[in-house]
Amino acid sequence: MSVGIVSYGAYVPKYRIKIDEIARLWGDDADILKSGLMVYEKSVPDVDEDTATIAVEAARAAISRSDIDAKRIGAVYTGSESHPYAVKPTSTIVAEASGATPVLTAADFEFACKAGTAAVQACMGLVSSGMIDLGLAIGADVAQGAPGDALEYTAAAGGVAYIIGNKESELVAVIEDTFSFTTDTPDFWRREGMPYPEHGGRFTGEPGYFKHVTNAAKGLMEKMHTKPSDYDFAVFHQPNGKFPSRVASMLGFSKEQINPGLVVPRLGNTYSGSCMIGIAATLDQAKPGDRIFATAFGSGAGGDAFSIRVTDRIEELRDRAPKVEELLANPVYVDYSRYARHKGKIKVA
Amino acid sequence: MSVARFWRNQIARYNLVGTKCKKCGEHFYPPRNMCPACRRDGQIEDFKFNGHGEVLTFTIIHTAAEGFENQTPYVLGIIKLQEGPSLTCQIICEPESVYIGMKVKPVFRKLGQDGERGMIYYGNKFIPEQC
Ligand SMILES: [Zn+2]
Repeated sequence: MSVGIVSYGAYVPKYRIKIDEIARLWGDDADILKSGLMVYEKSVPDVDEDTATIAVEAARAAISRSDIDAKRIGAVYTGSESHPYAVKPTSTIVAEASGATPVLTAADFEFACKAGTAAVQACMGLVSSGMIDLGLAIGADVAQGAPGDALEYTAAAGGVAYIIGNKESELVAVIEDTFSFTTDTPDFWRREGMPYPEHGGRFTGEPGYFKHVTNAAKGLMEKMHTKPSDYDFAVFHQPNGKFPSRVASMLGFSKEQINPGLVVPRLGNTYSGSCMIGIAATLDQAKPGDRIFATAFGSGAGGDAFSIRVTDRIEELRDRAPKVEELLANPVYVDYSRYARHKGKIKVA
Repeated sequence: MSVARFWRNQIARYNLVGTKCKKCGEHFYPPRNMCPACRRDGQIEDFKFNGHGEVLTFTIIHTAAEGFENQTPYVLGIIKLQEGPSLTCQIICEPESVYIGMKVKPVFRKLGQDGERGMIYYGNKFIPEQC
């Protein structure tokens, strides 16, 4: 029995700030940062946008792309590290504003940047077992970096929703298999009540990102007896442009395979949205029969790898909701003072 | 606004659900339980608006109420929905770009919050159709 993606929808706020503008304020060298991070600008939420509003917009886009009856959704799971409430689920807001309530189960997921793919895996299980008809799995974040911290150059806002089902005729893509690799690793964290996360330094990727992404990716390919050349596209978690490019070459994937899904240079790191928006951007341009390899990473730490095969139905649904490329086009650029106001970094008396 | 009062109208506010009189075809938002034209003969049913509409009139708010200071200047408008009813709502756009007759569509946003400790209120605002 197949399980896979019935529909998907992405959302990116329309505002951007350029790396040059942030570097100007802190007296950093913008050119060194841009070539080091391979990020040139990042999305900024509006003053009245948060993880819940972004998740709702993504969910609505996914529902309208497929025209499914929202009442068929039996589970709503929202993955984020910036849920607006410490206690009170984002997923109930999403479920109600998507028209899916009240007969469903819902919960919020947390696993740094891979909470959204963990939600996809949970929905795959519930759908495959027959417990639910359709599951809605979301990754959304309004990522925070402390002013002046290295993370401030990449912490962005965006989200993406996937409707998971198991009726072959409804799937735009079959999820052929998934594999996870998880250890307890203190590479990045945020304590309860603290506004900004802490991390082990700007370029500490080895024990976190690279170890978990490569082990999850290799594990899945060994399990499925596939190799990088079996795939048309590949997407890896994108905290910056450097990490996914490097991990791709470590694993034997080419630039051509990762480029369609590499949205971070113009979007920044959307945390729980990162890898999943990359998959959406790839689905936006994939052909029926194409195969996509994807691996999400979450600090703390773990990797979730997926093998995805695109079906004929993609052609029918693709144009019915905004593509990631359209969401990235024609942004409104803001300066640092407006950015700070949007992010609530300064309080207006 | 009290938590209970907000919550009672939440589904209507989240999803632009109003009512429609099946007898005369009139649409109502916010929802009405009685058709003022048909009275007792009216047949009221729930109706979900698609949210597309246009700006009937607007004003630009420079001095905001408590909690909205960091949004000024912002646009408050009366939106006429395609099906007929009109409602007052914030329009998210640059104040100099709004005009009467501008086509708008709904977008899910934070409407406000009760300070740092209270509830966060969500619902629809409007953005230009060409956005
Ligand atoms: Zn009537």
